[in-house]
Amino acid sequence: MNMIDKPKKAGPGKRGMIFAEPTIFERGAPGRQGYSLPEDEIPAADPAKEIDAALLRHEAPLLPEVSELDVVRHFTRLSQWNYSIDTGLTPLGSCTMKYNPKVNEEVARMSGFVKLHPQAPVADIQGALELMFHLQHYLAVISGMDAATLQPAAGAQGEFAGLLMIRAHHAAQGNPRKKILIPDSAHGTNPASAAACGYKVVTLKTGPDGVLSADAVAAAMDEETAGIMITNPNTLGLFETHMAEIAKLVHDKGGLVYCDGANQNALVGMARVGDMGVDVLHFNLHKTFTTPHGGGGPGSGAVAVKKVLEPYLPVPTVVRRGEHFDWDYDRPKSIGKVKAFFGNFGMLVRAYTYIREMGAEGLRQVSQRAVLNANYVRKSLEADFHLAYPQVCMHECVFSDKIQKKFGVTTADIAKRMMDYGYHPPTIYFPLVVPGALMVETTETESPQTLDRFIKAMKEIARECREEPETVKAAPHVPKVRRLDEVKAAKEPKFVYVPKNP
Amino acid sequence: MNFPEDLKYTTEHEWVRIEGDVATVGITDYAQEQLGDIVFVELPEEEETIDKGDTFGVVESTKSVSDLYVPLTGAVVETNDPLLDSPEIINEDPYGEGWMIRIKLKKPEEVKELLDAKAYQKLIEEEEEA
Amino acid sequence: MRYLPHTPEEIQKMSQAVGVRSPEELFEVIPQALRLKAPLELPKPLSEIDLVRHLKALGRKNETVDGAGSFLGGGAYHHYIPVAVSTITSRGEFMTSYTPYQPEISQGTLQAIFEFQTMIASLTGMDLANAGNYDGASALAEAVLMALRLTDPAKKTVLLAQSIHPDYRQVVKTYLSNIDCRIVEVPFGPDGRVDAAVLKKSLNDEVAVCCVQSPNAFGVVEEVAKLSAAVKGAGAMMVGCFSEAVSLGLLEPMGRQGADIVVGEGASFGNFLNLGGPYLGLFATKKEFVRQMPGRLVGETVDAEGKRGFVLVLSTREQHIRREKATSNICTNQALCALATTVYLSLLGPQGLQKLARINYSHAHYLREGLLKIPGVQRQFAGPHFNEFAVQLSKDPEEVLSKLRQKGILGGIALKSWAPGMERSLLVCATEMNSKAQMDDYVRAMREVL
Repeated sequence: MNMIDKPKKAGPGKRGMIFAEPTIFERGAPGRQGYSLPEDEIPAADPAKEIDAALLRHEAPLLPEVSELDVVRHFTRLSQWNYSIDTGLTPLGSCTMKYNPKVNEEVARMSGFVKLHPQAPVADIQGALELMFHLQHYLAVISGMDAATLQPAAGAQGEFAGLLMIRAHHAAQGNPRKKILIPDSAHGTNPASAAACGYKVVTLKTGPDGVLSADAVAAAMDEETAGIMITNPNTLGLFETHMAEIAKLVHDKGGLVYCDGANQNALVGMARVGDMGVDVLHFNLHKTFTTPHGGGGPGSGAVAVKKVLEPYLPVPTVVRRGEHFDWDYDRPKSIGKVKAFFGNFGMLVRAYTYIREMGAEGLRQVSQRAVLNANYVRKSLEADFHLAYPQVCMHECVFSDKIQKKFGVTTADIAKRMMDYGYHPPTIYFPLVVPGALMVETTETESPQTLDRFIKAMKEIARECREEPETVKAAPHVPKVRRLDEVKAAKEPKFVYVPKNP
Repeated sequence: MNFPEDLKYTTEHEWVRIEGDVATVGITDYAQEQLGDIVFVELPEEEETIDKGDTFGVVESTKSVSDLYVPLTGAVVETNDPLLDSPEIINEDPYGEGWMIRIKLKKPEEVKELLDAKAYQKLIEEEEEA
Repeated sequence: MRYLPHTPEEIQKMSQAVGVRSPEELFEVIPQALRLKAPLELPKPLSEIDLVRHLKALGRKNETVDGAGSFLGGGAYHHYIPVAVSTITSRGEFMTSYTPYQPEISQGTLQAIFEFQTMIASLTGMDLANAGNYDGASALAEAVLMALRLTDPAKKTVLLAQSIHPDYRQVVKTYLSNIDCRIVEVPFGPDGRVDAAVLKKSLNDEVAVCCVQSPNAFGVVEEVAKLSAAVKGAGAMMVGCFSEAVSLGLLEPMGRQGADIVVGEGASFGNFLNLGGPYLGLFATKKEFVRQMPGRLVGETVDAEGKRGFVLVLSTREQHIRREKATSNICTNQALCALATTVYLSLLGPQGLQKLARINYSHAHYLREGLLKIPGVQRQFAGPHFNEFAVQLSKDPEEVLSKLRQKGILGGIALKSWAPGMERSLLVCATEMNSKAQMDDYVRAMREVL
């Protein structure tokens, strides 16, 4: 097939020099080492004198034997096989892959932050506590809530902590209740977190207009229901217009409202979920507040709550006592701890730095431009790809493969073809309520020129789907590897490297 | 796509072959195609009693997973163990070698509630439309 | 606003294309009453110069482990991190990439995770390891949940050694707070190890899983093989955990001592102390249990042309597919921390890690011997330790610590709140970062204070 050179009309995707690189275990030579240990001035103590021989390691672990250059070259080559925000547009819906400012990294790696021991006396970490205290406050201000915890390690753990607080609140009223309402457009973590808190999930159907109707909530809400988990804007990129009414229905039956904050990038500075009846919200600091995604973490899932849930926040919270900052462990109603120590502090430094750089007006501009960009993409591609909900969207819009399916091309094929043009595919096959979904979120940090190039590439792919569907179906052609055999990976699982001559 | 006339069907895409008081159960051609390459199957223990509407197992491809629903109440008398090692049989021969369990029926009257081939085909067409 | 590229003209043009007068108009889908009327009350924006100045000032209000002679351990350990680790983890291609759901353009992350899984499996003596959990404590909680799924639902007792780090025990309790089970804590004996006699008495056919930590919260090395034998004999599962990963260079892996699941804190391998996070949960188990394992997993396969490549496998266990029936709600794997660990372990190699572990052991040993010469310092536990140990003081440890602090020394952790009867106990740690001079100073200072 001579398709490899074809997709060069639009988009930045080109073939460059791609290095072959085996696993690091296949590099190096026995006895080689990439770490310099000091000549020790302390006499070596023989562990065998005190530790039973059976408890001492018998075999050397399987680790590479390589030099520092071997290591640097190996991982640099690996890095070049990755697509990243620093390389190009990453239009993943609901993932908010916006630019990660470099100054955040610089300050987060300052020794005054990275070299702090979690068991250090509070007098030694006043700067860190001050930062955390203010960040707690900023997050509450931004979301219209009363208090916040920075402890959860990621959004999913934030959900878990938030639901535990809801449960603790109900238990304190004498009945923890049994069910949680979750719309069918929710992220998978929502039902998984509800289940982890011992709740039965009641799935609510999204209305024909893409939003949850108050009637659907009224029909399901009762006094055995602990509350609702709602994402606003939802994963269809639409604002839940009945939010206030829904919150009232839930509150009238004694329930509480949980908001999944994954999509806060559409609202910062323009609206606050706390003003919409939400009682608890988790943030994904890596989305709205620019901490890097890192290829899958670390994240940070700060949780903000209304007064009603404040007593249940995980321990410790950060408090100010006069001129000083301190941990507050004296919280008898707390749900306890969800992780050791205090949270992913390194991520908190980055988020704090970003908020201080942007200020109120900067954050307001963030959501305005994120929403403008999304609507620009929506409008520009509406003739080429079917829009599940054609109305004005918030920070993301959801297309589908409905048109392309007629030519035998699916969402997966389109996604793979986008790689050839130099783009990361959007979120695909999610939300589940749109068959063959392509969920596009370009974020506010992308310029109109970048969007225009992306739109042009998408139009070209739409044309290919009509005129040469086989090209699209065989994609990708440009990346280091072609489509991978996932069936083989599942049926003949290889989770670890096995040396040929052990 | 093939939907044999002599089988009964469920709205959850299982097929049922009735022979006396024993029902053989599998998933339909449509279901296997929707799932894609099947890489894992979980089946119940033999002799386990299962109620209509409950789940009796799980079938997985690399990207999706589906519960298997009990079409008729009864006791499991046989499971198709070769599927555990070679789940691809379900893709290759969903109505034959790809059968999953045999149930000895406790409530034969439930058979009336199952769909025939024509009704099932109509159901899929509707699903495709949506 | 340097992160927002649009010029006013471009905003105008794009608004027109979309059919609105200004971006604000797009927010009219939000009911008027729910829109924000006043600006957020946040501090004024800062330029990069002022921002760096401000953050530096905050940083200066902290005392780092470099500044004071630090002998703090207790779940977080000060180790040297070669510069090359940060060089790699700072690369934008790793730092700003997405979760590797699209394998063709994520081979770097995927292969690095595969290498990570290989290293962790070997270090723990297990068949396989996942791509990472949040931290050691939540990994332990997930291990307990996994063990409960793998055992007879009628078994509802979880045994938790009291010599497990208190934060870890607390996190396990939080995770199990709505699971139908009972947590029973198993005390430690005078040697600082799990009291085997009490453990044996606690074992019955109600017990689903038993968790121990080695080296435990007091630094003491547990006899895991013996405990495992008793636990397995009673038909329960054994979970081994650790908070100091460098100990893996010296001690026999718990996977080889009968543990079914081994979890721990991996931060010591190349991650900064960071006031307690981000850290890295390590999670390893046997092949036969893999379908109940939480978290991300990478497997090797081939592409359409037969070339080697890596993909996420068994995703059907995870929340994005299985939703409320998932093995866990986790959807990140601390990927960048796992990368730091992979680079760090590659630099060390098998010899380097074992040597580093021995240096740690020797340092703690040296410091212990020095401290024990002081009247008023007694060894708390007879059991052998790795790089930290508990001592009993003749004076209140809090007071002693604050006097040591005045001399620029972070002398350890008072154990009063960790377990009953430890009002006079102090946990002291020494790593390769503590020089001979520093340790000699510490002993001298302690002598003066007591």
